[in-house]
Amino acid sequence: MVGIVGYGSYVPKYRIRVEEIARQWGADAESYRKGLMVEEKSVPAPDQDTITMSVEASRRALARAGIRASDIGAVYVGSESHPYAVKPSGTTLGEAIGATPDAHCADFEFACKAGTEAMFVALQLVKAGSMKYALAVGADTSQGAPGDALEYTASAGAAAFIMGKDNLIASCELTFSFMSDTPDFWRREHQFYPQHGGRFTGEPAYFKHVYQCGKTMLDKSGLKPSDFAYAVFHQPNGKFPTKVGQMLGFSKDQISQGLLCPKIGNTYSGSSPLGLTAILDVSNPGDLIFMVSYGSGAGSDGFIWKITDRISRVRDAAPKTWDLIQGEKIYLDYGLYSKYRRKIIKNS
Amino acid sequence: MSRDVAVIGIGLSRWGELWESSLRDIFVEAAQSAIDDAGVDKIDSMYIGNMTAGIFTGQEHLAALMADYLGVTPIPAARVESACASGGLAVKMGYMDVALGLSDVVLVGGVEKMTDVGTDEATYALATAADQDYEVYHGITFPGLYAMMARSHMLKYGTTREQLAEVAVKNHYHGSMNPLAQYPQKITLEQVMNSVMIADPLRILDCSPITDGAAAIILCPLDLAKKISKKPPVRIKGFGHATASIALHNRSDLTSLPATAKAAQLAYKMAETSPEKIDLCEVHDCFTIAEICVIEELGFAARGKGGDATASGATRLGGKIPVNVSGGLKSKGHPVGATGVAQIVEIVTQLRGEGGARQVENARTGLSQNMGGSGGSTLVHILEVV
Repeated sequence: MVGIVGYGSYVPKYRIRVEEIARQWGADAESYRKGLMVEEKSVPAPDQDTITMSVEASRRALARAGIRASDIGAVYVGSESHPYAVKPSGTTLGEAIGATPDAHCADFEFACKAGTEAMFVALQLVKAGSMKYALAVGADTSQGAPGDALEYTASAGAAAFIMGKDNLIASCELTFSFMSDTPDFWRREHQFYPQHGGRFTGEPAYFKHVYQCGKTMLDKSGLKPSDFAYAVFHQPNGKFPTKVGQMLGFSKDQISQGLLCPKIGNTYSGSSPLGLTAILDVSNPGDLIFMVSYGSGAGSDGFIWKITDRISRVRDAAPKTWDLIQGEKIYLDYGLYSKYRRKIIKNS
Repeated sequence: MSRDVAVIGIGLSRWGELWESSLRDIFVEAAQSAIDDAGVDKIDSMYIGNMTAGIFTGQEHLAALMADYLGVTPIPAARVESACASGGLAVKMGYMDVALGLSDVVLVGGVEKMTDVGTDEATYALATAADQDYEVYHGITFPGLYAMMARSHMLKYGTTREQLAEVAVKNHYHGSMNPLAQYPQKITLEQVMNSVMIADPLRILDCSPITDGAAAIILCPLDLAKKISKKPPVRIKGFGHATASIALHNRSDLTSLPATAKAAQLAYKMAETSPEKIDLCEVHDCFTIAEICVIEELGFAARGKGGDATASGATRLGGKIPVNVSGGLKSKGHPVGATGVAQIVEIVTQLRGEGGARQVENARTGLSQNMGGSGGSTLVHILEVV
């Protein structure tokens, strides 16, 4: 059996409220609050990026795993905001945590599901016996165009998982992936902000892929929604995961622990992985967790996790995700936010 | 020289966000449905109403394309355009073809595929129906133009925000009984009043949606209809077609729709009828204020009293003159080029007595009003069951 031996999360302390963004654009904050079910979003500091947040989350994963970094055989980072177009994020991460030089490294990109892609590949390599441990990170400092609906949710965060065969805290009971060529959201090379197909991102994109992936996992596993203690879905806003959860038969109680978007926004590649860390923080041995990611373009990766006895011995070895979300917060006005997110372009 | 003209077949495609269907797919769906309904085995000519497929989908040369995909080439086919009144104009062209004896069986369709572009592009495409040099260039969009009409109506006649909302509440109530409506949800006055602001005083629930959809009807001489139609033929008794300035500021009164007034006058005259003899009407409620202005121009409410008439329930199903029992553009949807044809589809449905839960009792005569832009062009048709 393969699964998770350590996990860690990272959320920057800076926040901007929906009201502050709406005020800037003369928009109706309440309609975004209600329509997107989001209150505020995390903002990275000026010197933070996908790599630095990956390092933070990975160190916490190592602390919980209790292994030597040099035993990690693969370093995988999934993101749509890798700081470099050419040159991997994973080499810097590997160096920073001490996983170099005897390791394989790759960066992943698949819009918001790059993180679960990394998790999937890491799991399979360990399962194949190619390495003892593999590190998979989902991290993003995503950007929405100023004034665009995406600006209210595009945020920053990271989640890291060390996959292995022994001393598991959660075994992977099933994986399934579902994908099609559905261009609902994209960013071409040299474009600063992504474009999206408006309402097309809903029904034929997010809902079709998350639902089909989730439905097939239920069919393949023979499990019912009520068999699961928790469920976590990709959360581009608060509304979509709540709705798709209901469509699949999950209750709000099963979803709420992993539903972080209303408080931190959409962390893209970190989205459902961060939700999973929040669930691991509180789950009990024997609990089953249902997880489906979503990446535009489009596809979903599904996982069924089963918690082991080891969880209670390791979860306090690093900060818990909801504590990070509800801990120290510094609210930015739109001016500082623009500066931090490098939206202010100096021409000279 | 003129022959009486009847509608013997009607058809609609599905309406909504049809991600899986193309422009041609939805047209063929509606056309095939109308052909099946009429039970005809040939079409002599075809007219298609479409506002701006060129912008929405990049496709022009629609008439030949649709004839090809419907499998009716080499018949003559023409696409006609008059902004949101393109469908109504296509009906008039089909009427003329049959009346003049140029064709016996004419298919009149309307189609628009609007959801292949984003909101900004859709807004741009629709704004091409306004005056580019004197309106659009300066930043106005249709919600803005109709908002000015609403403000003027409120100032001049004391029409209230609640009365505007009553139009939306009524049309969604009607739409809730229409299985083909895009937004069949019933809504409350409070929901309209608290919905997102678009252009003060118009909120999102005052506005018709963006829709993919098509509609089609089959026309033939009344004499032929009596012989071949299994359903009661519905005669087009009269029509009116008129224009006005497409720039709102060129009108002496922002609350009036002179093209609608003129088209109505012509249609009543040709049909030898009057507003009090009409049993139901389908009007162009692209925004709630539009329905209020239109029912005044059609003579269903006194000048300035369109809001009062709506709030009184006179225009509701069961009222004195039911308006938009289909749900109207507001609830049923508004694929712009298809709307004028779809209005005829609803009138024929009602005059045949096939309206189901939304059937207007003893409906014998119906009127449709379809207008382009902020009222720069209007088609009015009056139909009567034979």
